[in-house]
Amino acid sequence: MTCTAWIDAALTSARPQAVGALLRYFRNLDIAEEAFQNACLKALKSWPQNGPPRDPAAWLIMVGRNVAIDEVRRTRKQEALPADEAISDLGDAEEALAERLDGSHYRDDILRLLFICCHPDLPATQQIALALRIVSGLSVKQIARAFLVSEAAMEQRITRAKARVAAASVPFETPGAMERSERLAAVAAMIYLIFNEGYSASGDTSELRKPLCEEAIRLARLLLRLFQSEPEIMGLTALLLLQHARAAARFDANGELVLLDDQDRTLWNQKMIAEGLALIDKAIRHRKSGPYQVQAAIAALHSRATRPEDTDWAQIDLLYGTLEIMQPSPVVTLNRAVAVSKVRGAEEALRMIEPLGERLSGYFHYFGVRGALLMQLARNDEARVAFDRAIALANTSAEAAHIRMHLDRLIRDSQPSGKNASEK
Amino acid sequence: MLYAILCYHDEDLVGSWTREQDADVMSRLAVVQDRLKKDGRLGPVARLLPTTAATTLRKDDPPVVLDGPYAETKEQLLGFYVVDCENLDAALGIARELGAANPGGAYEVRPVGLFQAGGDLK
Repeated sequence: MTCTAWIDAALTSARPQAVGALLRYFRNLDIAEEAFQNACLKALKSWPQNGPPRDPAAWLIMVGRNVAIDEVRRTRKQEALPADEAISDLGDAEEALAERLDGSHYRDDILRLLFICCHPDLPATQQIALALRIVSGLSVKQIARAFLVSEAAMEQRITRAKARVAAASVPFETPGAMERSERLAAVAAMIYLIFNEGYSASGDTSELRKPLCEEAIRLARLLLRLFQSEPEIMGLTALLLLQHARAAARFDANGELVLLDDQDRTLWNQKMIAEGLALIDKAIRHRKSGPYQVQAAIAALHSRATRPEDTDWAQIDLLYGTLEIMQPSPVVTLNRAVAVSKVRGAEEALRMIEPLGERLSGYFHYFGVRGALLMQLARNDEARVAFDRAIALANTSAEAAHIRMHLDRLIRDSQPSGKNASEK
Repeated sequence: MLYAILCYHDEDLVGSWTREQDADVMSRLAVVQDRLKKDGRLGPVARLLPTTAATTLRKDDPPVVLDGPYAETKEQLLGFYVVDCENLDAALGIARELGAANPGGAYEVRPVGLFQAGGDLK
């Protein structure tokens, strides 16, 4: 690896910690980000000559802080701005140049940095964009590409999000245990959102959006390293790894979605699967179950099946049952119904999803599953109605194409086979 | 004399390698390994999962299980075992048993991602 590549990697991995600490000093996101940028510029000059520092994050924090303080002093001389408000603890920063960074401090720094990105005032898309920009350090251009919007639009979205965060009061005190665990839950949910943003991409855009999945996994690992004994963070990381392990098999050469049953399982990333399974193993020891752990356990059962018919659907049914209690939602019940259809037949599954019709009347997957169950029961006319509705609700061309495949089969099957053969 | 060669690197960095980059490194290593194996100089080779997958057993009385890798710097790496277990609990069971025979210090239990038994040593 070349020297600059090493530096890039070191800067990226030090970023959350460094920006988090700088934010604690300056209490202003823009100043913290700029200080970090300036420190990176100095690193690019200094590190190739002097070699890498032992602790790159500490180096960047110290240099970034000094540069920012110089900057404020200069501005103050030129324009006599009320800079003291911008820097709350200038005195402290001046005297503690060689302050040792202690672990628990920057654990909260990073959590705070992630937490301000998931401010409840921000819509999900802004939360994700802000986290990718501030915590991950992706460029606006990279984020715009992943979201399939123009750079200008993304720039505006991030600026707006930053303004909202600045207007809201950001909690700078060290959080108590309760508050810490609330923050952790909010941040975990945001990381899952980032992942889903990449995971739910259609085939033609999945390559572009893949970095979102990878970034989510990186953030989950980062969180897990900070909170090593949190079974739900183990569960979240496992869930993301197990789902992302299937990435290479999820779309065919034409970019069409390939369902789990039809995927070429040799394309699954066994390294990620091994890591996901190991994390579930660790989480289970805590006997403190939670939604991420249960979802990861379901994903693990799929990963363990070498062939689709080896899948332990009975166990998956049970796990969805647990999830229904923890996190009741019609979508969970719908997923459970798929497992039920494999264990106890389509009829029972259909009975299970019947009451969901009203709440899921705008949900593509509801009609996809319903159609498939009706088709298994040879209720073809009803199946066709459900599939038509699914196509109308499809979010991506891949989803629509998949349902159309079912419809084609229905039409083919409903023709007398003899006639079919003679036509060909 | 047998030597253990312990591999250190930034796991974030290595973890962010693409499949192709990873395969590239592994194939370059395989060239060296194959030669060593032919010469009867290569024992087992293991690639460990990231430290986030690690669990540590402090061999205190009673032993304490902690999530995460062994992070202290006051003790030194003195040896290692590779054991085949159904799950983490079973591996920790073995670690406890070993710990009872030799108290003090700690065992870091880390899943092995890739294992090659290696050849017969001369």
